[in-house]
Amino acid sequence: MNLYEHEAKEILAQYGVPVPEGRVVDTAADAEAAAKAFPGHKFAVKAQILAGGRGLAGGVELAATPSKVGEIAKRLLGSKLITPQTRASGETVSRVYVEAAVDSDKDIFLAVLVDQSTSQISVLGSSAGGVDFEERVKHEPGIVEQLTLRADGSFEDADGDVFLHKIGLPQSAYAPARDIISALIKVFVRIDASLIEINPLTLTRDGALCAVDAKISIDNNALFRHPEFAGLSSGSDGDEIEMQAQKDEINLVRLDGNIGVVVNGAGLALATQDIISDKGGRAANFMDIRTTATSLQVARGIGILLGDPSVKSILLHVHGGGMTPCDTIAEALAIALSRSQRKVPVITRLAGHNAEYARQMLVDRHIPHENFETISSAVQRAIAHAA
Amino acid sequence: MSILADANTKLIVQGMTGRSGTFYTDQAMTYGTNVVGGVRPGKGGKTHIGRSVFNTVKDAKTATGANASMVMVPAQHAAAAMIESIEAEIPLIVCVTERIPVLDMVRVKDALNGSASELVGANSQGVLTPGACKIGVMSTADARPGHIGIASRSASLTSEVVASLSAIGLGQSTTVGIGGDPVHGIGFVRCLELFAADPDTHGIVLVGEIGGNEEEQAAAFLKQAKIRKPVVSLVVGRHAPAQRRMGHAGTLSVYGSGTAQSKNAALKAAGACVVNDVEDVAQAMVDAMVPA
Repeated sequence: MNLYEHEAKEILAQYGVPVPEGRVVDTAADAEAAAKAFPGHKFAVKAQILAGGRGLAGGVELAATPSKVGEIAKRLLGSKLITPQTRASGETVSRVYVEAAVDSDKDIFLAVLVDQSTSQISVLGSSAGGVDFEERVKHEPGIVEQLTLRADGSFEDADGDVFLHKIGLPQSAYAPARDIISALIKVFVRIDASLIEINPLTLTRDGALCAVDAKISIDNNALFRHPEFAGLSSGSDGDEIEMQAQKDEINLVRLDGNIGVVVNGAGLALATQDIISDKGGRAANFMDIRTTATSLQVARGIGILLGDPSVKSILLHVHGGGMTPCDTIAEALAIALSRSQRKVPVITRLAGHNAEYARQMLVDRHIPHENFETISSAVQRAIAHAA
Repeated sequence: MSILADANTKLIVQGMTGRSGTFYTDQAMTYGTNVVGGVRPGKGGKTHIGRSVFNTVKDAKTATGANASMVMVPAQHAAAAMIESIEAEIPLIVCVTERIPVLDMVRVKDALNGSASELVGANSQGVLTPGACKIGVMSTADARPGHIGIASRSASLTSEVVASLSAIGLGQSTTVGIGGDPVHGIGFVRCLELFAADPDTHGIVLVGEIGGNEEEQAAAFLKQAKIRKPVVSLVVGRHAPAQRRMGHAGTLSVYGSGTAQSKNAALKAAGACVVNDVEDVAQAMVDAMVPA
């Protein structure tokens, strides 16, 4: 679950991380009024979307007067921002965050996450903070420094100072920066975050540190012990249909192709997608049906694909395992088709647990479909139908 | 022979009395696994599906001589269950439970440090030594005893690989699901060590995914360990959009995790036989096993 910037900053502020003064609004008039109430005379207007890459996509603008703030808010509200992390159609801006802008002397990148190779909480930093950090780090992974923590998540002041020196902060900022890092680690553990990213942490012209942007992702698996997040407006990633699928025990990621793909298991789903792409097709989605999903839940997942006009064929690829037998998915297909107004060619490839039984079930129930023994022949057919 | 699990495995099941615990314990017993008891705090002294139930892992180990535990405890309590088995010095712990908070797994890994236990999972389909011992929830229909070891990040793909190997006449020594979570127990490197040392394993299949750096570590290990057994590797997700999260597979490239392309390049450079599609694994193993 990703938090919006304003939600992330509210949490950080509670733990003592300095953030600019700001207000979230959903009308241009409120944006202008918010700016008027701030001290100073430089403002930032920031589209509240969950995808990253917002700055380069025109989602953040500076304004010198409250009326300019209103104009920018008017333009952003209701518009769609397209970034490398959104779908091709973009993410709609329904709220903007109005902030007092700070004068930057230096922009730092800071992140807290679990390092998979050490299985420990880790702090990453870079002197190359700012909007183009993600692009730069792809080509220069060496610009990222790591602060090694003790098992309890704390660190020696001296180690902290070495790290802060490497990421380009002046000595005068070491003590407050160490406090910020300690606070971030504390937040990370308390709220079961999977990622906290401050980009940039700005060193202002008067020598203060300030978290000018903030991203927090919460570990979905830990939400059961965090009822405080249940009321937040944030979604798993801002796509309502994908969130709906989550509730049905299905990991769904919508893509921009025309072949609807129904697969059990993330690995098999990726493998299927690879074969589709190799053969020149384009998947409309990634789907990983969790082992706990019932046939009714899977039917709703298939229903999403049937209801999407860009989906021209459906490839149902199941390798029945110990927990998801093929007949559960075949049953789901039958239910989904019986509920759907739209007819879409269905291609199946069923293997593993109860494959034979599932095939017979589809035949007996007169479910229109074409079954194939091998993955590649099924994929080939699904592509031919979608073309 | 095999790795991790065999006919000498004495298994207890933590969470045996629950719905899935009951179902999969029964399936394991039907398969021939020697299940010696179960653990469920508060139900010690009772009998469930023909096996004694104990309050603690320690009690169960003392009474039965158990040397392996399968953890089928709900996610909220799974970390505590694993740590209990680590403290009771159970040699093999296999955790099937999905959706455990990552910071709980960080604690489990800390407890594993310097312990006497090997952990498989969590979020793993388990360990299967065909014909001898099943610890987990995988389908066994297509598995055959044989000499190919499989270490995999994906349950569904393991089934697919097992079926295609069996169809081509190659049975399996042991299949290990290392689990789909970012922080987990044994990984590819440990599996490679074990398979390399197992005289009954003649070839190894690694099934990887985008995200993380497990495949890169496996490649580095292959390079320095000079394993004299053919290794066939498959990394799926070559065409997954780089910046979007895909199930348990995806992660952000910013944090140093590799693409399928970089993983494949590393594995190839380390001498693995890299295949692109799951349909090519079995034939590649047949080809790789013919002495050049």
